[in-house]
Amino acid sequence: MAIDITRASAAELAHALASRELSSVEVVQAQLDRIAAVDGEVHAFLHVDPEGALTAAKDVDDRRAAGEDLHVLAGVPIAVKDVMATKGLPTTCGSRILQGWVPPYDATLVARLRAAGMPILGKTNMDEFAMGSSTEHSAYGPSHNPWDLERIPGGSGGGSSAAVAAYEAPLAIGTDTGGSIRQPAAVTGTVGVKPTYGGVSRYGLVALASSLDQAGPCTRTVLDAALLHSVIGGHDPMDSTSIDAPVPPVVEAARRAEVRGLRVGIVKELGGEGYQAGVRTRFEESVKLLQDAGAEVVEVSCPHFDYALAAYYLILPSEASSNLAKFDAMRYGLRVLPEGVDDPSAEQVMAATRDAGFGAEVKRRIILGTYALSSGYYDAYYGQAQKVRRLIANDFAAAFEQADVLVSPTAPTTAFKLGDKLEDPMAMYLNDIATIPANLAGVPGMSIPSGLADEDGLPAGIQLLAPAGRDERLYGVGAALERMLLDQWGGPLLTRAPELEVKGGAR
Amino acid sequence: MTTTTSEPIVDYDEALERYDPVMGLEVHVELNTATKMFCGCATEFGAEPNTQVCPVCLGLPGALPVVNEKAVESAIRIGLALDCEIAEWCRFARKNYFYPDMPKNFQTSQYDEPIASNGHLDVELEDGTVFRVEIERAHMEEDTGKSLHVGGATGRIHGAEYSLVDYNRAGIPLIEIVTKPITAAGRRAPEVARAYVSALRELLRALGVSDVKMEQGSMRCDANVSLRPRAGEPTSQEQAAVPLGTRTETKNVNSLRSVERAVRYEISRHAAVLDSGAKVTQETRHWHEDTGVTTSGREKSDAEDYRYFPEPDLVPVAPSREVVERLRGTLPEPPAQRRKRLQSDWGYSDLEMRDVVNAGLVEMVAETVAAGATPAGARKWWTGEVARRANAEGQDVVSYAALLGVRPAHVAELEGLVKDGRLNDSLARQVWQGVLDGEGGPTQVADARGLRLDQDSGALEVAVDKVIEANPDVVQKIRAGKVQAAGALIGQVMKEMRGQADAGRARELILAKLT
Repeated sequence: MAIDITRASAAELAHALASRELSSVEVVQAQLDRIAAVDGEVHAFLHVDPEGALTAAKDVDDRRAAGEDLHVLAGVPIAVKDVMATKGLPTTCGSRILQGWVPPYDATLVARLRAAGMPILGKTNMDEFAMGSSTEHSAYGPSHNPWDLERIPGGSGGGSSAAVAAYEAPLAIGTDTGGSIRQPAAVTGTVGVKPTYGGVSRYGLVALASSLDQAGPCTRTVLDAALLHSVIGGHDPMDSTSIDAPVPPVVEAARRAEVRGLRVGIVKELGGEGYQAGVRTRFEESVKLLQDAGAEVVEVSCPHFDYALAAYYLILPSEASSNLAKFDAMRYGLRVLPEGVDDPSAEQVMAATRDAGFGAEVKRRIILGTYALSSGYYDAYYGQAQKVRRLIANDFAAAFEQADVLVSPTAPTTAFKLGDKLEDPMAMYLNDIATIPANLAGVPGMSIPSGLADEDGLPAGIQLLAPAGRDERLYGVGAALERMLLDQWGGPLLTRAPELEVKGGAR
Repeated sequence: MTTTTSEPIVDYDEALERYDPVMGLEVHVELNTATKMFCGCATEFGAEPNTQVCPVCLGLPGALPVVNEKAVESAIRIGLALDCEIAEWCRFARKNYFYPDMPKNFQTSQYDEPIASNGHLDVELEDGTVFRVEIERAHMEEDTGKSLHVGGATGRIHGAEYSLVDYNRAGIPLIEIVTKPITAAGRRAPEVARAYVSALRELLRALGVSDVKMEQGSMRCDANVSLRPRAGEPTSQEQAAVPLGTRTETKNVNSLRSVERAVRYEISRHAAVLDSGAKVTQETRHWHEDTGVTTSGREKSDAEDYRYFPEPDLVPVAPSREVVERLRGTLPEPPAQRRKRLQSDWGYSDLEMRDVVNAGLVEMVAETVAAGATPAGARKWWTGEVARRANAEGQDVVSYAALLGVRPAHVAELEGLVKDGRLNDSLARQVWQGVLDGEGGPTQVADARGLRLDQDSGALEVAVDKVIEANPDVVQKIRAGKVQAAGALIGQVMKEMRGQADAGRARELILAKLT
């Protein structure tokens, strides 16, 4: 039976490639055609690289023909969030200040994709420097949710999730600082994983908040996420915060998909008020499925999670204000000369460039962070936030005494309409209320689709959390729940999404 | 913009009658590790601009630092050599400020958790007095790039047509060593400052952790100076109770002599400001080597806020006690102790040793002795003509000798020629002149100049016979048993031979003929 390339999972494609039923060039071409057909509507990509992707595909095909031993995902194409440095491919981070910058080096993660023989289709859209929950803060215009083009695809990694949801790519790379992989996954009906902090190298990930950032997989199935996780994970001597230990056995866990005897903890503080009814209902049903499958369900309390958002919005801007100082027009990227100044000083050029090159949300957070780190305020803000962070980590430690994994809705609501929260930063920030604690504590988290909310017919997500270094638990539980839900739905949730209007060029 | 307007100053001795100086010295040392502090780039001095750079030290988006273990080891060894406590756990911090030569617009440094703290260095002054300088801390950080301002009158950024930045230096490992306030030095403050930097340089050289070349910037000193009213002897309790005055920080004082001069100048200048009833402005000062004055730099008020916070891209440095003890085992003999041992080995008097030390010649003499020369010879040749010429050129002997290409082995060779009887002392001096004039090694110079004691006993015999014939009275005395009278004849023989004879042999010949 001929496989529908763009609808196939990465695991299916890998199988078809290995059995030479398909060539990588065919797969890449099909994805490029799909991108050409729908990305005008979705705008998941900032940059598509047909030439580079096809060259890489051809290379893999040649090596396979020569009988070379290839990686399991060799030949399966991937889209990469525009926050990862890609040698020879523009990297803008969704910001005007990096317009036209082409890195002279590959991020470790990107180098690992290339080494595995995975053609890179292009770079995906994102909120500027990963600051946002909707991609509306991208300097290059927002991405659109394939379920409803009037709605946001989540953020900051909305481009990656939209690309996967719209079948433009079987796999994508996201980064998650406060939920930027998981929340987009939830609102697009896809799978997203934030690995344990230090599990995937940050070398070449343009930092938003160094102590929170973590790259991870955006996929349509849990097994695909596990396969991709194995490619990008593992120790990197170029990243001091990288964990020097083997990648957890995520693929085995996803294949085993076992929950019997597992203790599942519902986090009391993540749910209830402020969460959309349909999101809550689908979440409760998912928990019931796990219970029916033999998991023991308990309720746990993490009292300090109430302060997570406040701590996060001190730590993140503080680190970001320093991380983003390097964008000063001196060495690369945009350079703007101040108007009406004859012989501008370096400082004046820096100021003019940063004024023109950064968007409002970036400036807002730089100012917040600069303030929080100022002498006289440091202890009250940054110092206090670090203490809260410790308390949140303690809450997790206590909760993981009682449960093997924790669960919550991923995001409080389904996808909101573009423009709805643009003028209200606080409302936008609240979208990450359930995902932020994992970043503060460095624990891994996964979002998988839990179904469609009754009131709007849009996807909702369930979040799974595991102790640091035990990422495989997410995959075991996630895969088991995914199988039960698929049985219930009679097929992948994404098949219920409306067909996108296909523009010319499609075969 | 003129920067050389001279400010009023008070005579130094007068200033010291009314005020008590307090100093704080910050010394930056570039480590001589093969690679940079946070990346694998080479650290070679003088390479083509921007050839020793990579994404990390250029601060490219996404790049991350990794700590150079060797630099940490050097930092710990420096800390141990300064009798500091070594932190069991410490972190790097970001010092945030914008400047074009800072690739990330923050410097990765250490803030409130230095690797080493609370030590001291005993400093020997020229007259042999030992002065203890307390060390506040030694911490690790990275160097910045180097700006070159082209055009304009001053070579400073203001007025320049354009600026170039060389990032080869960005990320070179630095250790900053900060003293506690140095009090009780009184009028000897400038001398203490110089002696401290000199002793620190000697220590760092002995540790082998840095080139410590002040002229190349691998060792740089910032001198903080403040004055407070005199309340008694500098070492008295009354004086110690007086609160400190406002300080100025004189940047980049790049020679030992300048350290002394800059401190002295600032003391005189502060005194003039205070005498006039004004307040000293807390600011950065620039030292001008040529005119011997400091001028005002940027004002350094409390408003300057570096927004330090722990560097989240690095993990804490936590040297185990085993590692610290292993490193302690690698420490060289402390220079002061070593000097005492060498003095005894060499049989120098206190005065002789101090001459050698003050001329910075301890290593040179040690190497010369190792090359086969006698300690007395080594001292004689290095502190004589070479030192005189170096002094006239305003250079230290070691650099000057390096410039001339004169090596310890040359001294040993010269002594060898004397020992073999080929040269006597006065001929050896002539040969040494030739060596210093760049004519080659001692043997080469002696050959080329035809300088050698006449070994042909024929010529010497002729001269002896001639002198015996011309001095019958003396000959009579010798024959009568007054052997010591031979001295007069030897002198004349040497004169006949125009110095190119061995006086010992002349004596033997005379006595053989007459007794």
